[in-house]
Amino acid sequence: MSAPATDARPEIAPPSREQARMAIRLLRAREIGIVFVLVVLVGVTALNNPRFLSPQSVRDLLLNAVILVTLAVGQTLLIVTRNVDLSVGSIVGLVAFGTGKLLLAAPGTPVVVALLVGVAAGAACGAVNGSLVAAARVPALVVTLGTLYVFRGLDYSWASGQQINAADMPRAFLRFGTASVLGVPVLALIALVLVLVVGFYLRSYRSGRELYAIGSDPDAARLSGIPVGRRVFAAFVANGALAGLAGVLYAARFGTLDATVGAGLELTVIAAAVVGGVAIFGGSGTVFGAAVGALLLQTITSSLVVLRINAFWQQAVVGALILAAIGLDRLLVARLDRRLRGRTIRDA
Amino acid sequence: MREPVSGTTPLLELRDVSKSFGAVRALRGVELALHAGEVHALVGENGAGKSTVVKILSGALRADSGGVWLDGEPLVLDGPAAARAAGIAVIYQEPTLFPDLSVAENIFMGRQPLAGLRRIDTDAMHAQVNDLFARLGHRIDPDRPARGLSIADQQMVEIAKALSFDARVLIMDEPTAALSGVEVDRLFAVARSLRNAGAAVLFISHRFDEVFDLCERVTVLRDGQYVSTDRVADVNVDDLVRRMVGRDVSSLYPKGDSDTGDVVLRVEGLTRQGVFADVGFVVRSGEIVALAGLVGAGRSEVVRAVFGVDRYDAGTVHVDGTRLPPARPRAAMDAGLALVPEDRRQQGLVMAMSVARNTTLTRRWALSRFGLMNRSAERRAAKEATERFKVKAGDLDDPVSTLSGGNQQKVVLAKWLSTRPRVLIVDEPTRGIDVGTKADVHQLLSDLAADGLAVLMVSSELPEVLGMADRVLVMHEGRLVADIPADRASEESVMFAATAQEAGS
Repeated sequence: MSAPATDARPEIAPPSREQARMAIRLLRAREIGIVFVLVVLVGVTALNNPRFLSPQSVRDLLLNAVILVTLAVGQTLLIVTRNVDLSVGSIVGLVAFGTGKLLLAAPGTPVVVALLVGVAAGAACGAVNGSLVAAARVPALVVTLGTLYVFRGLDYSWASGQQINAADMPRAFLRFGTASVLGVPVLALIALVLVLVVGFYLRSYRSGRELYAIGSDPDAARLSGIPVGRRVFAAFVANGALAGLAGVLYAARFGTLDATVGAGLELTVIAAAVVGGVAIFGGSGTVFGAAVGALLLQTITSSLVVLRINAFWQQAVVGALILAAIGLDRLLVARLDRRLRGRTIRDA
Repeated sequence: MREPVSGTTPLLELRDVSKSFGAVRALRGVELALHAGEVHALVGENGAGKSTVVKILSGALRADSGGVWLDGEPLVLDGPAAARAAGIAVIYQEPTLFPDLSVAENIFMGRQPLAGLRRIDTDAMHAQVNDLFARLGHRIDPDRPARGLSIADQQMVEIAKALSFDARVLIMDEPTAALSGVEVDRLFAVARSLRNAGAAVLFISHRFDEVFDLCERVTVLRDGQYVSTDRVADVNVDDLVRRMVGRDVSSLYPKGDSDTGDVVLRVEGLTRQGVFADVGFVVRSGEIVALAGLVGAGRSEVVRAVFGVDRYDAGTVHVDGTRLPPARPRAAMDAGLALVPEDRRQQGLVMAMSVARNTTLTRRWALSRFGLMNRSAERRAAKEATERFKVKAGDLDDPVSTLSGGNQQKVVLAKWLSTRPRVLIVDEPTRGIDVGTKADVHQLLSDLAADGLAVLMVSSELPEVLGMADRVLVMHEGRLVADIPADRASEESVMFAATAQEAGS
């Protein structure tokens, strides 16, 4: 007893481009908002202490943010597919320590080789996560919570209480960690290139768009012939490789390594992505947003030190930011829904 | 039974296809031959296996035995990608869009036009989408996200997607349910133009006028089995209905006479702002009262308020003369009310729990001692109930999600009837249930009424309303507009009441 099929509905007018643009602007607002917060924070801190903007201080800030940005880029690949990797902190620790061991054993190893070995080791860890998630169909949260402990455990048993000191590391490798091109740290350039390349890939390549499709509606993705398992697996491998890269960069930046390197980093990374507008339920968000989120979290850390505010507040501020970001996200989605739906009703 | 058409090989063919889900045999020896340049209808009752056929053709499911032939060659459909590669496009009953992605991306996902470096050429993609919508005569901004599109617009996106394939085989699984007349005409124009271009079209619909309007040939399925294939010109609606139902339609509604007794449920002046207003009726013991009306008339909302799931602003509900406190389902249950909700998957069952647990969920206190469940008592009670209701379950410990829709509904009924209610409220008791089980459920309701239970049944299926009810209450836009006794209830009188205030539209 459904309504008769013939109740002619007035023709739906062609939707106005203006309103669609509006909707898209609203979506972009997530990233613009976070950039705005970053600018305000830098401004306030610099007003209090002008040295915050000195070249050396900016250099340090960028260098410190490199690890987080690299990891946030990788994590974004996963979160848009409605997955997550909690083991990245452990991968960073394992690879960083492994890099130290490698360089102690063979001090002549070229930086490029060290980088490749680290990336490969990280990718292998990512492949473990990815195959458990994609083939065994265990939720990513559970799998990577497990491998968080497994990888960290491997790290501990390998290090067995040993610490590698910067003084023992080859000079060439440590120089790579602090080198600059035209005043910009090489490490920061690497992170920038990563953001640009992965951002371009996610926006402009079929397989990149498929990652969003998978996160937006996994069942629909399967029905439209997207190889969901393969894509998710590849995202885990790529994220692992980036975590491995971050591990080598960590070793180059700090030189002093033990088994606790990178502990707890995973939560900061996820926080950075979420604050940067990557929807935790998948389907939307960009690596630019995530990278800016990482930069923001790092800047908060630095500016609280400069402003001589108790470190306790740093955690509280990060927490408040996450809640604000998620709240804003829900608000924007609800707004967008209303706007898009409202249009259909008005036109109908 | 397969009828060769002037010696040509069918473009796409299903041969002797069978498929089971657990103990439920969804398809048994199904035959279907689609020819180039023809629109072929597939009809059957809910649960006859039409959607399973679609899923096999789309690669979402694999047949247990039998197979698919394309151009006379066996075709391996091991996934949706394989079906696409073979030129099979599907428009599903429920649109399957990505809400976060743009309309254009939804249409071209995985097939986006490429520019240099294999990157996506957004401009070309948008131009192609605009062309597609121009062909459909229905413009949607390609750049807007799919989130928030009306169901009809979503369906148009699906149609544009199918069109963009240049599909050799187009499968439409009840695509017209959400479309208005103009949109249906456009869809049919598209289907005809594809047919004229040499594609084979499979059209699934409950609307016979559409079948006769659009199709050349029609195949009937019943209870997962192939019944017949005919030229549309050689059959009429009565033939098709008889084959779909496979039995005398009246036996589907085994309403026995029962003596109606005292008033058990009395509802007076029930009002919820903006949803329903001043609803009043009585249900006597031994009586089946149907609550009919168009979708959205407020029927489910009324019964939810009566049971106390939703609050109401004014009015009273009495059971056996005792007034029920509003918004207290617990009190309603204690007074002898039971509600079998419309959406059994979300509201009626705990899908991951076992059949036994679900059956005894409402009696967990009676079956426990010192707060601990007595497991053997639970199993005994569950066994008794499932046997009484003829639930087809492999094992009582299997999760209830493995049962077919009809058997799930029986579990829900068993669960509520085990509380020995005085009034049973059922919301759409047979939605999405196969014909055989439907008759079981109807028999059950009829028996219960004969035993003196008062039954209030919300139903959108007119034959069910007319076949089962002693009295028909009709709602329109939140108000009760008619109370028709069975002997005066007819399709016309109920429909007229349900739409009366729209007369002239």
